[in-house]
Amino acid sequence: MKSFVAGLSTALLLASAAQAQISDNVIKIGVMNDQSGLYANISGQGSVLAARMAAEEVGGKVLNMPIEIVFADHQNKPDVGSNIVRTWIDTDKVDVIADVPTSSVALAVQQIAREKKRIFLISGAASSDLTGKACSPYGFHWTYDTYMLANGTGNALVRAGGDSWFFLTADYAFGHALERDTGESVKASGGKILGAVRHPLNTSDFSSFLLQAQASKAKIIGLANAGGDTINSIKQAAEFGIVAGGQRLAGLLVFVTDVHSLGLKTAQGLVVSESFYWDLNDETRAWSKKFMERQKAMPTMVQAGVYSAVRHYLAAVKDAGTDDADKVAAKMRSSRINDMFSKNAEIRADGRVLRDAFLLQVKSPAESKGPWDYYKLLATIPASEAFRPLKDGGCSLVN
Amino acid sequence: MFELLGVPPQALFGQLLLGLINGAFYAMLSLGLAVIFGMLNVINFAHGAQYMMGAFTAWMLLNFLGVNYWAALILAPLLVGLFGILLERLFLRHLYHLDHLYGLLLTFGLALIIEGVFRKFYGSSGQPYSIPEELTGGHNLGFMFLPNYRAWVVAFSLVVCLAVWYLIERTKLGSYLRAATENPTLVQAFGINVPRMVMLTYGFGVGLAALAGVMAAPIYQVSPLMGANLIIVVFAVVVIGGMGSILGSIVTGFGLGVVEGFTKVFYPEASNTVIFVIMAIVLVLRPAGLFGRAQ
Repeated sequence: MKSFVAGLSTALLLASAAQAQISDNVIKIGVMNDQSGLYANISGQGSVLAARMAAEEVGGKVLNMPIEIVFADHQNKPDVGSNIVRTWIDTDKVDVIADVPTSSVALAVQQIAREKKRIFLISGAASSDLTGKACSPYGFHWTYDTYMLANGTGNALVRAGGDSWFFLTADYAFGHALERDTGESVKASGGKILGAVRHPLNTSDFSSFLLQAQASKAKIIGLANAGGDTINSIKQAAEFGIVAGGQRLAGLLVFVTDVHSLGLKTAQGLVVSESFYWDLNDETRAWSKKFMERQKAMPTMVQAGVYSAVRHYLAAVKDAGTDDADKVAAKMRSSRINDMFSKNAEIRADGRVLRDAFLLQVKSPAESKGPWDYYKLLATIPASEAFRPLKDGGCSLVN
Repeated sequence: MFELLGVPPQALFGQLLLGLINGAFYAMLSLGLAVIFGMLNVINFAHGAQYMMGAFTAWMLLNFLGVNYWAALILAPLLVGLFGILLERLFLRHLYHLDHLYGLLLTFGLALIIEGVFRKFYGSSGQPYSIPEELTGGHNLGFMFLPNYRAWVVAFSLVVCLAVWYLIERTKLGSYLRAATENPTLVQAFGINVPRMVMLTYGFGVGLAALAGVMAAPIYQVSPLMGANLIIVVFAVVVIGGMGSILGSIVTGFGLGVVEGFTKVFYPEASNTVIFVIMAIVLVLRPAGLFGRAQ
């Protein structure tokens, strides 16, 4: 009798497994990011909308199973983020996690996703460790990373004649790393570093630091800081006539929404690296227009990246005929990404999506035709140069 | 050309001037705190949020009603001051007879709520606010480039600080205020409406915070958290100057701005910390602050 019951249940299990390859009869996508704080404008509800747009594009269904999108606020705290993701996976049956800005939170989620075998589509987080020491077979780093920001801006600006640099650096790990990486790429391209000044995090007045940068006579002032610090440094640099005096500012982590909040009068001349801008071609314009109608703001590269990642994931689920993480991850790696965000982009063994990056310069008010017409393209950095070589990352998946 | 500790003197003059400009903001903000603490015995932790509201009100006046900077300089403090009066009527007045701690907790909670509401509606990137046309550009002083707007900030805040000091320490109204702090029952017995005076004083202190906010809008990021970053430093300034001392808050405000300015040249990493180091030393040597009177 006992063996009969066991046999029966095994048979039932097998039958159910063969019939429904989608767990729990729903594809549940969890978008986790900052909904109210520092990074809410670059990710936030815009990323949720981007995921929704990707789901709507395939009719809200894959393999006849509905797609459901849930979201949560991690408040930029790794412990909060970890708890949400554990609950999502253990009790809410979330199949895939997307976005997650703030590297510390993303690194924690990467660990959990690897343990629990869930695919993690990283768009908002910057740390290149996510495809380096902390790489995972289930983790995909979609949009940008610190290496791309540093290398792209450093290298491309030196080539454009900006061969002497001075850094304004936020005095913590992120700022130091950005300064170091950018400095290395400046030197490798034949530029010189004339100096750096380390300012405390969340400084409101930068005038003193800016005067030191001005006195250095460097052609480029690299802003190795983020958020409010970057905005205040740009605002005050305009006030002290630094850009008007012939020096250029290079923002190492600036998003199009930051430019929007600064206004062109203040931000003009600033050089930034991004992997997406709404006004690149007809496809990006068409998609961004739809996004703008619903979000009342143009998409950032993080939000566009969430769209692209969710879209590629859903296509892989469809092709694999299952939502099993191992099979879907294999499918995602073996197919190229083709959408409005990326053209023919491939995913490397360490999870890094290889795509072009863009060196952009903020337009002057006279050049801009209206709201959100903010950038002109200075250079396209090809995918092969934009990201850290595979062998240098120290990812255990790479032999 | 001689050098002082490896820094050319031009750079030092420049930093001295910049320090005074930053000190102007510290002075304006700590002045409002000192007025409120001196008269109401309330530690107003919502001061940073009210400073932020001043900047945002200026932004709203400009963007929704087309009101320029100069008018905002008067209107925004009035509006935010009225809001302060509302807070005083609704919440604060119930706490006067309790320990300082209750007022601190209440205003701290209010600050979190106000900042949260602004963050909900305006996000965290902040809003653009330009320097008024009349004050753009600057002058080359030989040792540094001085933007006109900064010169205006330092001059205007000096005038405001001195006027407030004069009002409280030298006029009849000021003497009523000071008397009401010492002995409200007696002052009331002379036919002066003390609760109304206290209410208006709180509104005035809040208005000063808003005024500093309007002045900061063109040069700092107008964002919901702009006050949260500043308020702790300003509290340190108040503690160093002596809680409730009007003159103390003005002098230490400017003085610490200069100290911080020099730290930014010699050891920039410590520029956020130096004020707290000074605070610790002052607390050990003179617990009532440099200008405070031990009670």
